[in-house]
Amino acid sequence: MKNNKLKILTNGIIKENPILVLILGTCPFLAVTTQASNAIGMGAAVTFVLLCSNVMISLLRKVISDKVRIPCYIVVIASFVTLVQMIVKAYAKSLDDALGLYLPLIVVNCIILGRAEMFANKNGALDSALDAIGMGVGYTLAMLAMASIREIFGAGTWFGIPVPVLKDNNISIMTMAPGGFAIFGILIAIINKASNGKAIKKKDFSCEGCPSAAACNGQNCAEKREAAAK
Amino acid sequence: MNNMIVSVNPHIYAKDTTQTIMRDVLIALFPAVIASIVFFGVRALLVEVVCVAVAMGCEWAFEKITNKPVTVTDLSAAVTGLILALNLPASIPLWQAMFGSFVAIIVVKQFFGGIGQNFANPAITARVIMLVAFSGAMTNWLPAAFSNAPADAVTAATPLAIIASGEGELPSLLQMFIGARGGSLGETSCLALLLGGLYLIYRRVITWHTPAAFIGTVLVLTALLGQQPLYQVMAGGLFIGAFFMATDYTTSPPTHAGKLIFGVGCGLITVLIRVWGNYPEGVSFSILLMNILNPYICDWTRTKPFGGVQA
Repeated sequence: MKNNKLKILTNGIIKENPILVLILGTCPFLAVTTQASNAIGMGAAVTFVLLCSNVMISLLRKVISDKVRIPCYIVVIASFVTLVQMIVKAYAKSLDDALGLYLPLIVVNCIILGRAEMFANKNGALDSALDAIGMGVGYTLAMLAMASIREIFGAGTWFGIPVPVLKDNNISIMTMAPGGFAIFGILIAIINKASNGKAIKKKDFSCEGCPSAAACNGQNCAEKREAAAK
Repeated sequence: MNNMIVSVNPHIYAKDTTQTIMRDVLIALFPAVIASIVFFGVRALLVEVVCVAVAMGCEWAFEKITNKPVTVTDLSAAVTGLILALNLPASIPLWQAMFGSFVAIIVVKQFFGGIGQNFANPAITARVIMLVAFSGAMTNWLPAAFSNAPADAVTAATPLAIIASGEGELPSLLQMFIGARGGSLGETSCLALLLGGLYLIYRRVITWHTPAAFIGTVLVLTALLGQQPLYQVMAGGLFIGAFFMATDYTTSPPTHAGKLIFGVGCGLITVLIRVWGNYPEGVSFSILLMNILNPYICDWTRTKPFGGVQA
């Protein structure tokens, strides 16, 4: 049982890394990873919101009616995001400036909604908290890796500290959008290689993990399977 | 009966291999290499050697690491490296040239599956990436030998920049033709590129369709727009682009009709960028954009097999 809890915690770091394996929440991932310090700030904000919303939704999972669950999740998540936004505005003005629109947009971040839907509404509060911490750490590590590569090679600094040699020989395309997409792709490839392709196996794409399973009764999947068989 | 072999078609083969075709391209680029050394000095040779060596090294290393058959000996990486080098200014820092070769071979060619699988020409894509990444160093043109630049000049504007800004003195048409002007290593000498291009057409490595359509479109459009057509045709990377980069087998259509559409499209985009765009030169962007449209052009110009039904 203890082993199981550890597995929930470590799942999000590599095996089900929310960004590099589940490919969720990629918009802020590409947008704010131009500086390592922003990545840490964004990662911390997302982890906090994820932890609070996962625990709250897990506690409320028997109260929330299935039909209105998405609006309920949004309300819970939005409350915590507003909280984070006010704290950041009050105590970390420069971070607020750097993150800009992406801080309030955590409300519709797929990772948080996705974990609520995939995990918190089926599991207890403790498990959901562990899942949130694992996913949050995985998210932050992925952000940090991406931002470090982009900042070191694109701007020649790391956490704002100049890196010798690279400072005068920066490759500015790394901090622009094309560089972000290229490095994102390379990181996904590395994680896929490191996990022997197991991470992206389609095992979780059954009706159980599908949010629209109730509406479709497996029809879409059956059609797709038939088409694939042909 | 022992020498009877049962096999599926095709039964008649041409002697061409990737290696012989790439060797012909290298031979065709030789005059441009000589011209680059004449006009920009030994530094030009250094950039070319570094680019070719890094391109071949990257190809070898990537294929070793991923356990794929090593294709360095087919010379396609050498051609990519050399074409990239000829598209760089002589003053380019060597590590940036290495970065460009790395991007061309690893990111554009090998990530998409190696030779024959890349969606865009590796050399042109690497050049565009370098132009965005190192915009200062990539437009730092050195004055060419035998040009109008004063003896103590450190940098020289390209003819297209002179036309765009309206400042400075344009080189004479003869200087434009032999290549005594500011620009990338291998793009300045129309004479050398024309020799190489005609050699490729003579050896049937390329056909006349793409270069003729490309250069013709630029000539006609700039004449219609009153933009000094002769200068527009000889300036910038038009000749090297039309003969060596727009004719890449992987990223251009195989049919004659498709080649004509491809060339006209390249010429149109080039003129649009040169006349109304922010950049003075648009050849590399136009080829890259048409590379992306290539699958659609192939689709439109698909030939009907003899006796077949229209697909």
